[in-house]
Amino acid sequence: MKIAIISGKGGTGKTTISANLSKLLGMDYIDCDVEEPNGFLFLKPEIKERKNVVQNYPKINQENCTLCKACVNVCQFNALAKAGDEIMVFEKLCHDCGACSLVCAGNAITMWPRLVGIIETGYAEGKRCKRGVLKIGEPMAVPVIRALVSELGGNDCILDCPPGTSCSVVASIKKADIAILVTEPTKFGLHDLLMAEKLVAMYHLPFGIIINKDDGKDNVIRRHCRKDNVRLLGAVPFSREAAKAYSNGEMLIDQEMFKKVFLYIAEKVREVFS
Amino acid sequence: MKVILSSEGTSLESRLDPRFGRCTYFIVYDSSARSFKAIKNSGAESNQGAGIAAANQAMEEGVEAVITGNLGPNAYSLLQKAKVHLYKSDAVTVKRALELLEKEELSLLEGAGRAHQGML
Repeated sequence: MKIAIISGKGGTGKTTISANLSKLLGMDYIDCDVEEPNGFLFLKPEIKERKNVVQNYPKINQENCTLCKACVNVCQFNALAKAGDEIMVFEKLCHDCGACSLVCAGNAITMWPRLVGIIETGYAEGKRCKRGVLKIGEPMAVPVIRALVSELGGNDCILDCPPGTSCSVVASIKKADIAILVTEPTKFGLHDLLMAEKLVAMYHLPFGIIINKDDGKDNVIRRHCRKDNVRLLGAVPFSREAAKAYSNGEMLIDQEMFKKVFLYIAEKVREVFS
Repeated sequence: MKVILSSEGTSLESRLDPRFGRCTYFIVYDSSARSFKAIKNSGAESNQGAGIAAANQAMEEGVEAVITGNLGPNAYSLLQKAKVHLYKSDAVTVKRALELLEKEELSLLEGAGRAHQGML
């Protein structure tokens, strides 16, 4: 089973839930949040393998180029422009669709690879951990996430997804069987949770909710779960101890109080999704 | 000389938009004919590369100069390479910016602003 941890709102605790659950359930940990992958800070795997992720972009042979602008006009991403008597390429805007090289009648375009990120694989106490790392300055996370997701194989895993509900999340949940939505009991938390619920509904993923930083009251998230008949898988209490452990890169399940919480969640996940 | 200005509206009394790639309209002014027209900036609606799309549009109009508040790094390098004159102005209206151009009181844009500034 592949479980996607998503949230809508950033900072709700996806990585905390992902790292602790993967350790407790003995599942692979996959950090799809390639713009800021931080799960390895907690699981501390020893990295055994690094792989480059490359993407192609057009190189213009100015000698063959007739400045017809067919490539500029076909590009949907504004990655090409004619400036005086040459075609300029803005490689970071290129989505590697290849349309420019298809329409070029003068054979003036060759696609060249460039490095956009890496995929790291390591092991923590025998458990496989993988993460994508987007090269600093690169604007597009999706190519790195796609490469990461394509090499998951058949292992059970926890997919620690990026925040939001945009392309990078869609790419991350491609192979997921179920989703756990992590939220917090605030209006922002609820607002973005509803967006995340819409997203998982579009992809027909069964899902449940974890409330992080829970105040234990009948808060906006609990009321939403009751009213809209959404499964609540558990709640991690709001506490100074949790924040302290987090800031020291420690796992919550190493503390008895939190271990109980996560054991309950793990049990609930098995019960609901098996 | 044909000049393009980033504008919030379609008349010479419109406010000059400090953003280039994400401005709503362009005013294309022809100084020899003393006439102007307003066009929609197609870059404003693009998902990415707004400055490049806007610069493409400016070059398509055959302008020799741009007057705006800021240019992003991509639009800047593109228009520089195309040898378009780049002027900076914090004038309130399009009309005022054109008057300053006529009096040769506009300063040249020196270097590009930050990327994605116009999106904020």
